[in-house]
Amino acid sequence: MSDSDIKKTDLDFAALRERLRGEHGREFWRSLDELADTPEFESFLHSEFPRQAGVLGDGVSRRQVLKLMGASLALAGLTGCAYMPKEKILPYVRQPEELVPGKPLFYATTMPLGGYGKGVVVESHMGRPTKVEGNTLHPASLGATDVFAQASVLTLYDPDRSQTLNHLGLIEIWANFSAVINQIRAEQQLKKGAGLRILTGTITSPTLAYQLQALLTQFPMAKWHQYEPIHHDHTNIGAQLAFGEHVDTQYRFDQAEVILSLDSDFLYAGPAAVRYARDFANKRRMVGGATAMNRLYVVEGTPSITGSMADHRLRIRSSEVQGVAQAIAARLGVPGVAPLTSPVISAHSQWIGAVVRDLERHRGACVVSVGEQQPPSVHALGHAINLALGNAGKTVTYTGAVEAHPVEQLESLRDLVTDMKSGRVDALVILGGNPAFNSPPDISFIEGLLKVKVRVHLGLYEDETSNLCHWHIPETHYLESWGDVRSYDGTISLIQPLIAPLFNGKSPHEILALLLGQPSASAYQIVQEYWKNQGSAVWKSRTTNFKEFWETSLHDGVITGTALPLKTPALKKDFWESVKKSPGDSPASGSSDIEVVFRPDPTIWDGRFANNGWLQELPKPLSKLTWDNVAWISPRTAERLSLQNGNMVELKVEGHAAKTPIWIMPGHADDSITVFFGYGRWLAGRVGSGTGFNMYALRNSKSSGFANGVALSKTGELFDLACTQNHHSMEGRDFVRTGTLAEFRKNPRFIHDEIPEKSPLPSLYPSFPQNGYQWGMAINLNSCIGCNACVVACQAENNSPVVGKEQVQRGREMHWIRIDRYYDGDLDAPQTFHEPVMCMQCENAPCEVVCPVGATNHSSEGLNQMVYNRCVGTRYCSNNCPYKVRRFNFLQYEDWQISSLKLQRNPNVTVRSRGVMEKCTYCVQRINAAKIQAEEENRPVRDGEIQTACQAACPTQAIVFGNINDPESEVSKLKGEILNYGLLTELTTHPRTTYIARLRNPNPEIETE
Amino acid sequence: MSSPSFNQNPTPEPEAPLIGFGYNYATVTDKISAIVLSKRTPRTWLVGFAIAFALLMVLMLAIGKLLFVGVGVWGIQIPVGWGWAIVNFVWWVGIAHAGTLISAILLLLHQEWRTSINRFAEAMTLFAVACAGMFPLLHLGRPWLFYWLFPYPNTMNVWPQFRSPLIWDVFAVSTYATVSLIFWYVGLIPDLATIRDRSKKTLSQKIYGIFAMGWRGSAKHWKRYETAYLLLAGLATPLVVSVHSVVSFDFAVGIVPGWHSAIFPPYFVAGAIFSGFAMVLTISIPVRKFYGLEDFITERHLNNMAKVLLATGLIVAYGYLMETFMAFYAGGRFDKYMIMDRMTGHYMNFYWILLTCNVVVPQFLWIPKIRNNVWVLWVISILVNVGMWLERYVIVVQSLARDFVPSSWRNYTGTHWDVATFLGSIGLFLTLLFLFLRYVPMISIFELRGLVPKGDAPAASTGASQRG
Repeated sequence: MSDSDIKKTDLDFAALRERLRGEHGREFWRSLDELADTPEFESFLHSEFPRQAGVLGDGVSRRQVLKLMGASLALAGLTGCAYMPKEKILPYVRQPEELVPGKPLFYATTMPLGGYGKGVVVESHMGRPTKVEGNTLHPASLGATDVFAQASVLTLYDPDRSQTLNHLGLIEIWANFSAVINQIRAEQQLKKGAGLRILTGTITSPTLAYQLQALLTQFPMAKWHQYEPIHHDHTNIGAQLAFGEHVDTQYRFDQAEVILSLDSDFLYAGPAAVRYARDFANKRRMVGGATAMNRLYVVEGTPSITGSMADHRLRIRSSEVQGVAQAIAARLGVPGVAPLTSPVISAHSQWIGAVVRDLERHRGACVVSVGEQQPPSVHALGHAINLALGNAGKTVTYTGAVEAHPVEQLESLRDLVTDMKSGRVDALVILGGNPAFNSPPDISFIEGLLKVKVRVHLGLYEDETSNLCHWHIPETHYLESWGDVRSYDGTISLIQPLIAPLFNGKSPHEILALLLGQPSASAYQIVQEYWKNQGSAVWKSRTTNFKEFWETSLHDGVITGTALPLKTPALKKDFWESVKKSPGDSPASGSSDIEVVFRPDPTIWDGRFANNGWLQELPKPLSKLTWDNVAWISPRTAERLSLQNGNMVELKVEGHAAKTPIWIMPGHADDSITVFFGYGRWLAGRVGSGTGFNMYALRNSKSSGFANGVALSKTGELFDLACTQNHHSMEGRDFVRTGTLAEFRKNPRFIHDEIPEKSPLPSLYPSFPQNGYQWGMAINLNSCIGCNACVVACQAENNSPVVGKEQVQRGREMHWIRIDRYYDGDLDAPQTFHEPVMCMQCENAPCEVVCPVGATNHSSEGLNQMVYNRCVGTRYCSNNCPYKVRRFNFLQYEDWQISSLKLQRNPNVTVRSRGVMEKCTYCVQRINAAKIQAEEENRPVRDGEIQTACQAACPTQAIVFGNINDPESEVSKLKGEILNYGLLTELTTHPRTTYIARLRNPNPEIETE
Repeated sequence: MSSPSFNQNPTPEPEAPLIGFGYNYATVTDKISAIVLSKRTPRTWLVGFAIAFALLMVLMLAIGKLLFVGVGVWGIQIPVGWGWAIVNFVWWVGIAHAGTLISAILLLLHQEWRTSINRFAEAMTLFAVACAGMFPLLHLGRPWLFYWLFPYPNTMNVWPQFRSPLIWDVFAVSTYATVSLIFWYVGLIPDLATIRDRSKKTLSQKIYGIFAMGWRGSAKHWKRYETAYLLLAGLATPLVVSVHSVVSFDFAVGIVPGWHSAIFPPYFVAGAIFSGFAMVLTISIPVRKFYGLEDFITERHLNNMAKVLLATGLIVAYGYLMETFMAFYAGGRFDKYMIMDRMTGHYMNFYWILLTCNVVVPQFLWIPKIRNNVWVLWVISILVNVGMWLERYVIVVQSLARDFVPSSWRNYTGTHWDVATFLGSIGLFLTLLFLFLRYVPMISIFELRGLVPKGDAPAASTGASQRG
């Protein structure tokens, strides 16, 4: 009923007053109409509030109300159940009788990346996985993680993940999709599968490999292709060239005294990086009375994490690394290899000679590692050098293929595209991956793809590839699926879900089962069946009970004894001849003498993490840039080409062009440009779309590591970049104290003598009481490689928000821990230092005295605590913090809207809101949990029982936390080390976090003091 | 020509008159009260007020945006956690110094020339304090919780942290604001009574009557009034020194190089008086022109103020010199770097402009001709205001942008919301000032009457006492 209708009725005011007079007590009325109880009002009520009106009219009974309430409560409760997996999964360490609210459970599982697994233990709060930790039992983790594992939990809850099965962009149901697959099966059975193609990434999973093999048996003419943008073709072909067979190589850096990296970033990139970093750091800690450390030589053009740890770094172009390898091989007497004569090599021949002598002095105790972007010939040379140095079987071990079915992936993709273009492919099933985005432009994958009649894409996101496919099926995240995967040494571990698929995703197992004609098989059944039957050889020798094997493997997170057996391959006699004959990469040569080097992005990798805000905002290890990729050039090249940071350039290689901003990188090789993959996605999601520039567009399939002859032209535009560290020199301040091993041996106190410390000034404040637990931290700068794992771990643990590029540009990033990177020395070839800085928990904290409301104060255990509720946001504390570790919520940064992101948050850490200061707490929630536990058990907290998030994630165990009041604790011992020093101690802040000075171990032959 | 009482004051220069020739009690009263009582609002006033009010609306918009979105609309970041807001705060507080200094200290020192400018300067003080007080509240991350800075009894039994200079600020600034208001108001009472008596409209009679608090001008009234006024002056005097000393503690207590300096309290107080007098000059010169008050605010007044400006400018210059000297003399590496960066780094333009404005430009005031040239004086006073703003900008921003850890260094620039808030605060100041000029006698009538040469004056007392 409209307003005008109501208005027509005349109200009888006298009658109304009469009515009100008759009432006693308080009588509320909504309007004069209601009061009048007119039929108009009745009908108005019905039309506006039909439900209430109905209830009112019917005179609902009390019983009915209770019934409705009960049902809605039950329904509300049911939504919680949706997150629990149906199948039985096993807790890792503690096995409470049932879920205790507020107590997290930990489950072991495995994170696959590029086909290889890394063992993780995932913290689960009431069925919600919230935090990823490393699995100490897993060989690729040893309890630590990398940035990708830490950030993977955010991808799980990413609201932009594909949530529905789509057909041509419209929502479809699974039944219709399986009908289509059945139809394909029926058609292909007639053709023996000649029109069926499967495209996967690298597969190491035994179950997946078994399923694929079964599929190829059912459809003998079908083909299985593998393609990863960051593939290992060069390594594989190199091994083939050297040994004549497929061999995978593992390094034992814990046994190596001398390490030579030929453009190899073994500390950061690759499936074994976390493990290698640990092994490497163990030989370098310089604590506990150690007087020796390993020595690292790095030959590279692109500054890398590994290069930043080098004792000697030879800065040459990537294309010249082969010359160095050849010179070394020749000097070591590798048969047939002649040194290359080039001005670069002769300029560095003294350096090379010293390295060779050092390697020879450490026969059987050295490692030569070759980077993936180097051509196969360098890999072959690397093998020959390792054999010549007697490293095989000692510091370098060989196994058969870890991959289930190793192929040359670029060739595999090329074959597929050829078939597609010629119309031989009726149905293409893409299981994961995003080839439409990341395949080399000369292969023209998209052109081929569009000729396929039925295109199916399984993926976490609706991305560039799914956009071109008929069917898109949401994929399960590894935290919601079953599976198995091998690690770098072949060790198999199971993947168990922590949560039921949030968006009804399907795993590749289930899609393959559908193709195999087993539509009802679940991933759980498939994986379990495989291990019951085909995989039984692994466990039959140990136990007859499958259940025992299964539960142990799930519990431990690894299947013990599945590392591949070691091999002792022999070098092919004529290997150098075959190297010279092999076509390999023939890097293009163009008009210019500038090379372009291709690298995966250090944070968003090949582009798969483009929609992960934590990784996008994570400062890249060396450039400290966020949210974009850039092209690195050396200061000298920048000068020559008159380029500045942020200048846009167009790069052209063999007719393929791409635009990118320039970033001047100290330590980069001259006449060389490094570009990073992963950015420039156009269908990544709300976070990733439109960030950075697509460098896949530049990479020719012929030159997947680097290409020569890139043409560079300035476009004249300037691009705004977001960098978290604008100043790179220490300005003569001793934030990172450093020296050489020789100096240390001569005078162990040199770091203190060099910079005479002022005697502690008298303080007006009483000294801090030292009783009970006193928490402290020591960070070993000899082990810290600057990999950023701690930064993401802290963000995940402490609910730190992502602020976005524009806010980072304004200097408002919210990381509680940052890795300061300082340069020292020559602009062209500086030394690089990493220094993690978080709140120092000063005993005499300058921030505390200036807070007008006492929102930051000191605990009796020495923690500088932040009381968010009390903070009014004057920012005085941050101004007065000499370490600048405080972070302020300038705006409402935390997302309060997106519900799936709420699931990720750590329930034990306050979610901060606008206008509040925050900072590192030493993970006070973990300290308190351990203290409660210890109190329950009537014992003191044990040393090592509390691990801060940064400490737990650290691949190199550089961060140690504990009770400094306990002289036996590890942290106390470290603080007693002679190399221990504090930052800005002359301000009498008495920081609780201290550092172990960084030593270098230069070769006296190269560097004379 | 000077009054007998004035002759007692030893002055080196030959006296210029403090009041124009030919005035008697009635004409003084007429001239000043006519500005308030005039029915016709001058067009220039309307134009000026419109501009000021428009700026005030800009302030409202900026504050609205700030409260709605957060302090992130400003340019502040880590490491520069304080920006324009705190610069403006210190600047306005500094300006607020002249009023009380002129009224209280010069009153106690029997400097009679203060009479024609004190009302005006006090009003300026009040409005400047209002502008200043706004910024610390707005710059809070959660401004709605500002009252947590006050020690009020609450059920949580939580008190402010008394070691924090910001708490001292709260007391210092609020005390100063309160005393300044009372001082100004008490000084106004006889004149409000005059306006009440001369007003022809009932409404204004009533309003001025209420604020005149029943002043009849009896001898008893005058006796009590003068005692109270003197006491208030005594009370206000230490505040002139204390407020800016406490404000300087905000910085001096911090450990940031460039802040942590024992010279700050006196140096800030001198700077405050310097900027305060500059602002009085900036405003009084055009006002005296537009309202034709050259006979009351004479060249002698301007000359005297210029001398104060010169003297305090020299103290400030000494402060700059000592700051630099100490950085090198003490040998602290951070302080040395900070001073070098100030002179040669990203903010060097600001530094050298501030030195020019605050040190070089005031030296022209040695020359009597320049002191007597009203418009040159006006330009100098504006330059000093600019210089003092830049001084605070350099202290607040540059020190924070280059403190201890080079990895965290980051340059700061304000956003357009920073600018809008600052311009808006000028709008608030001017709006209040225009209202003051129109509705309150801008020059103390009864005190000015005291300056009228006795021989010329009729025997009559104030208008109020005639009635009473």
